[in-house]
Amino acid sequence: MSTFETSPRETNAEAGPAKSAETARSGKGKVAPRPGGSESKTGEIPSFDITVRLRRYDPEQDTEPHWEDYHVTAHGTDRVLDALHKIKWEQDGRLAFRRSCAHGVCGSDAMRINGRNRLACKTLLKDLNIDKPILVEPIKGLPVEKDLIVDMEPFFAAYREVMPFLITKGAEPTRERIQSQADRERFDDTTKCILCAACTSSCPVFWTDGQYFGPASIVNAHRFIFDSRDSGSDLRLEILNDKEGVWRCRTTFNCSEACPRGIQVTKAIAEVKQALIARKF
Amino acid sequence: MSDQAPGASYAPALETPRSPYRRSKSTRTNWELYGWLFMRMSGLALIVLVFGHLFVNLMLGEGIHQVDWGFVAGKWSSPFWQVWDLLMLWLAQLHGTNGVRTVINDYAERDATRFWLKMALYLATTIVIVVGTLVIFTFDPCADPNSTLEICRTAGANVPTITD
Repeated sequence: MSTFETSPRETNAEAGPAKSAETARSGKGKVAPRPGGSESKTGEIPSFDITVRLRRYDPEQDTEPHWEDYHVTAHGTDRVLDALHKIKWEQDGRLAFRRSCAHGVCGSDAMRINGRNRLACKTLLKDLNIDKPILVEPIKGLPVEKDLIVDMEPFFAAYREVMPFLITKGAEPTRERIQSQADRERFDDTTKCILCAACTSSCPVFWTDGQYFGPASIVNAHRFIFDSRDSGSDLRLEILNDKEGVWRCRTTFNCSEACPRGIQVTKAIAEVKQALIARKF
Repeated sequence: MSDQAPGASYAPALETPRSPYRRSKSTRTNWELYGWLFMRMSGLALIVLVFGHLFVNLMLGEGIHQVDWGFVAGKWSSPFWQVWDLLMLWLAQLHGTNGVRTVINDYAERDATRFWLKMALYLATTIVIVVGTLVIFTFDPCADPNSTLEICRTAGANVPTITD
């Protein structure tokens, strides 16, 4: 697996012209049928060798986590998740990480890649600096169970605490609960959350104090606080007015930067703060 | 590779990075809300107070060369500057203390460390506020009997003992 090419590595930006020049020289037409064997070069997508530096921890063997390097040949279309798959399937089957849909919807594979929280399935290798090892660690602030798997229970406990469900008052309407487009738009941004914990585990306050609700809980509270159909916002605001609630936010914007769904997390937290102040005065 | 028999004692799992999540009690006060608001309000006030202070002391008149005992005595003979400096002292102290309090809350990991750091902080703040306030209101420009200040000479001529 660890064969390094000596030729200069292709980056994706140069791939187009370089590829056509190469094919022109070699006289191979693009439309030429691919030879039936397995020696085809995967549709001529540029490939490159990368080093993935993984934070490994096996509770049955290790006393503490350590870094390990893996060499992988990857293609320009590959994501970090593909590299992890290659390592797990071809080099070390003991490697443990979570992933379900592998397309940025389920939120299972949030991890710390080159020091930033991202989804492994949405991070293209070509967007990272492949001249250096690519660092992949579990997300911070939650107890590591094995390799890249952390215990998400504290995260979900905080999530449950803000009561992330519709609370209504009065008789149930005979038809659906109608909401205007403008009212729906009010909390649209925070409906996008996939609970991957990338924001919460990027928050420096959460790293040192696990009692802090964390950005994800506040985002999901925001989703109901500003929902015109919901009447439990007072309860939720009271919970977030806690010593460990929104006031612990230091607006470092780590969460907004980490969110794979592009939710303006810090803005949502600020709106909850404003709602609290407006309620008080 | 593993030759670990099932049921053998495994190495303990990694310790939780910090105290586990437990929130049974709710702080039903608006203390943190007021603290947050105070930081913003006092910050705005301090911009005016501090830059006003710097402008009057360093830009008007002879600038830095005018600042001496007499200059301070002159300023504090006016209730306006007494109130100005008092506000500046209290707001800056409380603003700074609240800031350091949040830093301690964020970074002190053990409860005892957090408690004692905050106690030390509050003690320091109290001392500075009390001493500072005392100075502003009990400042005596003629404390030095050999004072050459005009105000002391005239006052000394009329009233031999100053009991201010």
